[in-house]
Amino acid sequence: MANVGTESVQLNSATSNVSWSPIHRQVNLGDWLFRGLTALFAGCVIALLVGIFAILTWESTDAIRRFGIGFLTSTKWDPVFKEFGALAFIYGTLLSSALALLQAVPLSIGTAVFLSEIAPGWLRAPVSFLVELLATIPSVIYGLWGIFVLVPWMRSYIGPALSSTLGFLPFFQGPNYGVSVLTASIILAIMTVPYITSVTHEVLRAVPPMQREAALALGATKWEMIRLAVLPFGRTGIIGAIMLGLGRAIGETMAVTMVIGNRADISASFFAPGSTMASVIANEFNEATYDLYVQVLVEVGLVLLLVTVVVNILARVLVWSVRTGPTGAARA
Amino acid sequence: MSNKLEVRQLNAWFGTTQALHDISLTIPDGAVTAIIGPSGCGKSTFIRCLNRMHEVVPGTRATGEVLLDGNNIYGSGVDPVQIRGKVGMVFQKPNPFPTMSISDNVTAGLRLNGERRTRGELATIVERSLRQAALWEEVKNNLNASGISLSGGQQQRLCIARALAVEPEVLLMDEPCSALDPIATTKIEALIHELKQEYTILIVTHSMQQAARVSDYTAFMYLGRLVEFGPTNKIFTTPENKETEDYITGRFG
Repeated sequence: MANVGTESVQLNSATSNVSWSPIHRQVNLGDWLFRGLTALFAGCVIALLVGIFAILTWESTDAIRRFGIGFLTSTKWDPVFKEFGALAFIYGTLLSSALALLQAVPLSIGTAVFLSEIAPGWLRAPVSFLVELLATIPSVIYGLWGIFVLVPWMRSYIGPALSSTLGFLPFFQGPNYGVSVLTASIILAIMTVPYITSVTHEVLRAVPPMQREAALALGATKWEMIRLAVLPFGRTGIIGAIMLGLGRAIGETMAVTMVIGNRADISASFFAPGSTMASVIANEFNEATYDLYVQVLVEVGLVLLLVTVVVNILARVLVWSVRTGPTGAARA
Repeated sequence: MSNKLEVRQLNAWFGTTQALHDISLTIPDGAVTAIIGPSGCGKSTFIRCLNRMHEVVPGTRATGEVLLDGNNIYGSGVDPVQIRGKVGMVFQKPNPFPTMSISDNVTAGLRLNGERRTRGELATIVERSLRQAALWEEVKNNLNASGISLSGGQQQRLCIARALAVEPEVLLMDEPCSALDPIATTKIEALIHELKQEYTILIVTHSMQQAARVSDYTAFMYLGRLVEFGPTNKIFTTPENKETEDYITGRFG
């Protein structure tokens, strides 16, 4: 033991004399700068988020003090009598986004499965390019298309068809003006499809061939292979894709404002005009003639930010629980 | 011994590259046949042609006949999906379904063909298949654990159990031990010995010792051609072909 000890001491003293010994290496300036710079950039992003949050809170302090928690539970929105509650807009945001996902998710996953599993090779690139092109259309163009095409269709075809088939449900009753939460959700669905589709497509392409072959070798048909091996393997990624679409739907402003009808009201009917948090801010900011009104709109913005954060946290938790959670969830 | 599989003039391509040239041989029933040969000689391609998995990769094709109990699996109107139910496959790298539990992995193939089975029937099959794959004792208290929580060797036996659960007649094993340690390899080899009582087994292997240990017959392939085929002890002691002898004695490959 003693021998070994002296030997190691000798080794240490020997190495410490060498100038390039890794322990005493000079700190590389470039490395140091690079580390500092990336930390600074990362810090900027966080500071930006905190800053936005702080400003929104600061600018709406009076409104928060005045209405308290009641702001989130009241549907009263009366600028004349200075009575404000945001529930109708929260409802409008959540409902239009949920309805949008209901339409966009099957369409997107179907398209992605077609692109990655079924479409012949020569068709894949052009179709996925076209799908992604949908994402580049400015939302005001979607809004215009909504006003000139979708709203009249809603009035004369889609609405009547829905009320004659599903009219026994309260969701499809009542007057149909064309502008409605449902119309907004259709626009939102079209706008989120490219995001959900392209992310899901990438996720499915990343499923290892061995997983597909495992299913095929058991005697699976193509569809069974997709159901057994491809979709379960990609499920966390697909949930992520859906959440990306949801985030987009919640915050979308222009197109929604143009077709939703802008009424601060909660109605059981999807045909009824509504309003979202984003649309009410866009619509009324110019008309906000007194300080409290502006404060209230900023507070709506704060709530919108919080809702987005909450939805994203829930999404993250969902992805984690699916990834690590109980097994056997892919039962057919 | 009767013949389970009869391969006649089998050719296979990847695009324009021909991977198999006029392979003809007969695989005896209820025995283990090893396919040996240097890397890239077409061993894997050959067994992938026996359950029509070769054609799964885009741009591939195969010609010739493969008779399973006298019926050509490449005949017109034959559904490859049906063939794969009769000719099971175990892959080089263990590939359990990661989102499924151990028992769901075993029954994955059973839930495909739409046949309804009760919970009890499924449990019986799970136990039978896991016992056949010599995995039951290790996992019987943990059937709901994830398939990928197992060790590599256990995962491979799980994949064997999964293949056996659909009751195939032939089991193709594509280098099933190449990703496993020696102890897991020993277990799989012992298992192959057990399984040949009931199944016709083809095993592709890089290890000549493994071929010598587990197989009754051995086929030596080189450059996409079948060089020699015969009883294992004859191939390893008195090969007829010079190339076979060179390969077996380690002079090339």
